[in-house]
Amino acid sequence: MKKNIEIRWHGRGGQGAKTAALLLADVAFSTGMHVQGFPEYGPERMGAPITAYNRIGDEPIRVHSNIYEPDYVVVVDETLLHSVDVTNGLKKEGGIVINTTKSKEEIMPLLKGYEGNVYIIDAHKVSMATLGKYFPNSPMLAAIVKISGVIDKETFLSHMEASYMHKFAKKPEVIEGNMNALKMAFEEVK
Amino acid sequence: MSKATDITKINEHSPYYDITPGDQIYGGGGSKKFNTGEWRTQTPVIDWDKCTQCLLCTPVCPDSSIPVSNGRREDFDYDHCKGCGICEQACSFGAITMKEGM
Amino acid sequence: MSIRERMSGNEAVAYAIKQINPDVMPAFPITPSTEIPQMVSTFIANGEIDTEFIPVESEHSSMSATMGANAAGARALTATSSCGLAYMWELLYVAASDRLPVVLALVNRALTGPININCDHSDSMGARDAGWIQIYAENNQEAYDNFIQTFRIAEHPDVRLPLMACQDGFITSHAVENIELIEDDKVKAFAGEYHPENYLLNPDMPMAVGPYANSPFYMETKMNQRLAMENAKKVILEIADEFEKISGRKYGFFEEYRLEDADYAVVIIGSAAGTTKDAIDELREQGIKAGLLKIRVFRPFPGEEMAKVLSHVKAIAILDRAESFSACGGPIGSELKAALFDFKFSGIAVNYFYGIGGRDYTVAEAKAVYSDLIAYADGSKPVENYKYIGLRK
Repeated sequence: MKKNIEIRWHGRGGQGAKTAALLLADVAFSTGMHVQGFPEYGPERMGAPITAYNRIGDEPIRVHSNIYEPDYVVVVDETLLHSVDVTNGLKKEGGIVINTTKSKEEIMPLLKGYEGNVYIIDAHKVSMATLGKYFPNSPMLAAIVKISGVIDKETFLSHMEASYMHKFAKKPEVIEGNMNALKMAFEEVK
Repeated sequence: MSKATDITKINEHSPYYDITPGDQIYGGGGSKKFNTGEWRTQTPVIDWDKCTQCLLCTPVCPDSSIPVSNGRREDFDYDHCKGCGICEQACSFGAITMKEGM
Repeated sequence: MSIRERMSGNEAVAYAIKQINPDVMPAFPITPSTEIPQMVSTFIANGEIDTEFIPVESEHSSMSATMGANAAGARALTATSSCGLAYMWELLYVAASDRLPVVLALVNRALTGPININCDHSDSMGARDAGWIQIYAENNQEAYDNFIQTFRIAEHPDVRLPLMACQDGFITSHAVENIELIEDDKVKAFAGEYHPENYLLNPDMPMAVGPYANSPFYMETKMNQRLAMENAKKVILEIADEFEKISGRKYGFFEEYRLEDADYAVVIIGSAAGTTKDAIDELREQGIKAGLLKIRVFRPFPGEEMAKVLSHVKAIAILDRAESFSACGGPIGSELKAALFDFKFSGIAVNYFYGIGGRDYTVAEAKAVYSDLIAYADGSKPVENYKYIGLRK
């Protein structure tokens, strides 16, 4: 049995980092795992930096603290790199995925010498190409699933499709776009 | 359903186990058994010759101690009248006077 | 077969309410408990339950309406947090002395001053002397399980006391975790319906609720409340046994985790117990006999029972998530120390404050508490009776 993994999300109020964390918990749950998905609550203001967390794995979860030494970090908004210490405590064996239009070379100097794996994805591009609007949630969800390997791709996609079919039962036309966003994100993470 | 509470049996000498949970009182009309008339230091007396049966005294009585039957007021309910004297003030015909004592 | 699900603590309580389908729910929103009435009103709007929802203009009114509905003969509940509970204060005492078995879903949040929306236990601990039964949950599962048991305990003829079912604001209320739900029909059969012996809407036996009780009656009334609270101990265990039959999950006044042979024990309430359990497992791997006592029922206070299971421990750390500004300890600390004294505990017992205003409490901090206890017990460190965890120095 492998040890549960811990993920920390950094986003801005209104971007859906919390929702993405809950979605990840949801899909991991539906594949049979033990999950925890929770936000760190402060004054909820649009645009303010927010943090959300996941613990996921085969073991029941008892701990109820924030995550200080995550295996993985997701940065939903690259502008946070200037104000938030996103790699704080991040394990070297793990990795970080950042939503950005910049190249890895441009991003690296902002990561305070982090020695682990660094991944980038242009969630804006993925979202516009597949949904026609900017929803970074789905691409970032696929990105963290890919880099962490917490769920294998096919299982993830089939569970997400079932979840979208339930969630968008009255708007079936958006399901395909969201599924394409997930699939494209898998290819776009670098 | 509990039996009606006999409030004459619950008093300052009752042990805690004889008092209902939450001091709830079952059965209506318990106040009838509570003889507040003995608190009186002044007593209203009616002069039936002056009373016109206008019934202005009845609704102002805070203790419902001026009974009315068939549209006419009757004598005071001295078991419950506390002797406040409001009826004396309300009477336009000087038919009610307060006398000292019970 | 139980139902494998994932939901937040608030969803879990709302789900339990849906399964119980109580008669009346008056409520006023306040973070972090708002989702509970929000979800229940959605169930009602969708026709899934026929609970009467009363939107009120304040928590003073929500508790008043809950009590009124209950006195009338209805199974009634409300939900609140923090200042909302404070605004109910006057009524809390009335619900208890009038012996109205109402239920309150409390999502613990720090009381304002300074304003703060995060978890601590200052709200419910402040209300600990109001005469309410208080039951606390470690996680969403316990929040759900506890809630299903609430009405049965509160409404029991030997008890008839209001009950507060507490969980930690945000930490469990807003965290999505796995949960095992019980089938609707089983919960429905377990919870039953409320059929009080006497109620205001009974035309065959009118009644008066809450009469004036001056000095000749007040003390006797309080004695009767105390006896009801003593009876609650027996009833809480009976209902827990019955609950175990439908759920397979065992509950009591408290949970002992690796306590039986422990030399060092933490006593704690709520979500931080799970964090402490992880610390204990790590310490046990190093050969340190660490254990935990997690209080589930704080009112009635199981002092004797706790003193008994802690009697062999060398050093105990009692962790409070609320200051009481006695300048010598917090609510659990002072009450448990009193019980330990009564039952001749001869070890060391110290009091800590943690998690106040939502300050995080980590596995590392839990381990540090055990390090303190070991040092106190072997005399290598002077005993500090009253200490903060995670305070910046």
